[in-house]
Amino acid sequence: MNEPSPLFDYVLRFADSDLVLAQRLGEWVGHGPALEEDIALTNVGLDLLGQARLWFAYAGEVEAQSHGRGRSEDELAFLRDGSAFRNLLLSEQPNGNYADTMARQFYFDQWHMLVLGSLSSSRDPRIAEIAAKARKEVAYHIERSADWVIRLGDGTEESHQKMQAALDYLWTYTGEMFAPDNVELALIETGVAADVRALREPWLANIGRVLDVATLALPTVAWMQGSNGRGGKQGVHSEHLGHMLAEMQFLQRAYPGSQW
Amino acid sequence: MYAQMVETGVAKVRDAHEMSPDEQAFQARVDADIKIEPKDEMPDAYRRTLIRQIQQHAHSEIVGMLPEGNWITRAPTLKRKAILMAKVQDEAGHGLYLYSAAETLGVSRDQLIADLHAGKVKYSSIFNYPTLSWADIGAIGWLVDGAAIMNQIPLCRCSYGPYARAMIRICKEESFHQRQGFDIMLTLCRGTPAQKAMAQDALNRWWWPSLMMFGPPDAESVHSAQSARWKIKLLSNDELRQRFVDQTVPQADYLGIAMPDPQLKWNETSGHYDIGPIDWDEFHNVLKGNGPCNRDRMRTRVKAWEDGAWVRDAAVAYAEKQARKAA
Ligand SMILES: [Fe+2]
Ligand SMILES: [Fe+2]
Repeated sequence: MNEPSPLFDYVLRFADSDLVLAQRLGEWVGHGPALEEDIALTNVGLDLLGQARLWFAYAGEVEAQSHGRGRSEDELAFLRDGSAFRNLLLSEQPNGNYADTMARQFYFDQWHMLVLGSLSSSRDPRIAEIAAKARKEVAYHIERSADWVIRLGDGTEESHQKMQAALDYLWTYTGEMFAPDNVELALIETGVAADVRALREPWLANIGRVLDVATLALPTVAWMQGSNGRGGKQGVHSEHLGHMLAEMQFLQRAYPGSQW
Repeated sequence: MYAQMVETGVAKVRDAHEMSPDEQAFQARVDADIKIEPKDEMPDAYRRTLIRQIQQHAHSEIVGMLPEGNWITRAPTLKRKAILMAKVQDEAGHGLYLYSAAETLGVSRDQLIADLHAGKVKYSSIFNYPTLSWADIGAIGWLVDGAAIMNQIPLCRCSYGPYARAMIRICKEESFHQRQGFDIMLTLCRGTPAQKAMAQDALNRWWWPSLMMFGPPDAESVHSAQSARWKIKLLSNDELRQRFVDQTVPQADYLGIAMPDPQLKWNETSGHYDIGPIDWDEFHNVLKGNGPCNRDRMRTRVKAWEDGAWVRDAAVAYAEKQARKAA
């Protein structure tokens, strides 16, 4: 079998990050701190799942062009092992408490908004189209997560501490979002991929503004997991992903070849 | 139903001559199908009964999210996952509408939730059964949401305005719930032998509990007569159960799976299906807390509520700070 194309690999990064984060948000259903939160988290999860499906569909088309046959969304989601998943390490981190979930969402949404904005003018028209559609949904996600960071940061003493701890804990997973590897660099060259190097500064500035209002401090951890080219985008994951996939893929694995 | 065995606090239905003039006026409005609205006069017993009924119904929506939520992370395809998430989210919305309807009667959502957690109020017995396979998600949509629709469509005409309006919104979504459940069952029944066996097993386990959802037989339903008089219960338990059986048996035939009832048969004379005896002992035990999942369900709900306390406190504290700044 020949190598997957760089474009296929690149598109999967978005599909997988969206799917994995949607799966995490799905774990919250029925367990949220208030009914309204249950509903809102599910909204975000459903949006991300919908976006994942658009990316998977395109990944399948790309694969068909280079390999004759492209895999379906379900083959891609349920029949790949962890090392073939291209999601960001951040997206697979466990839900933890509500502050952990909101910190993960906050970092992700802030990145997502910028990267989708950049992809809206990708030279690849399918990428541009999906990104423009997704961006409209993320405009709502980004407001909600920033709002919670502020409420928890400037809420009670306890919520402030939990929010700060969550931001600090997850900070190390934000580096790979802005560190392009060779796959990305080649596609940045041709105007297909977003140049994430240029997005780090605006991301930091936006995050900083929210944290200011929230009376929270920007984390200072220097080491960034996966930014050395051995992270989620390359299929080198944390231990959490394997457990998630074991659960998520169970039916497709136990009853191969069935229609559902 | 979602509200089973609702106490009315009334020992027997009172005739007109036993009622006070106020009560007579109230009953006349109900009889004339004029909706009762939150600010209207209403007998205490009516208010208390409605609170209990709506509350049980609301709690059922919320606790009911757990057995189905149990399969969100394991849904077999992305499409099924999306549908199931949307479905369970609808149930949270139903809970919200219903808590809001209850609040128009002068109680708070927090109080109602505290009552649930203290074991003072029940939720539907059906949600104390486990979802053991993917087919259970199909069976719940098909049977449980199907039974819910059966009960809730008449309630769209109930005497209390906010409850009736909540029911209208809810019923619109329930038919989608039932269809997606039936569609899961149909896909399984047309699938591999293992999938069909999964569907049959789910029907075996969910059929009888679904019939129990309608509550005890009419002869033992002491509070139904008063509720009927108040038009907050429009059809009797047995009537609703029979309608459900008549509607569902042909659907099982269509699926090609067998009802787990050897005595089930079509009755030419009555024009209905006859069913075998329902195990009411099981029903009463589930209500008492002895169902397979009662303790898990309550523990999970209480944990979610307690784990979320600091989040709700923070939101309140933040809102207060903002209000002070604005002042
Ligand atoms: Fe519902
Ligand atoms: Fe439903």
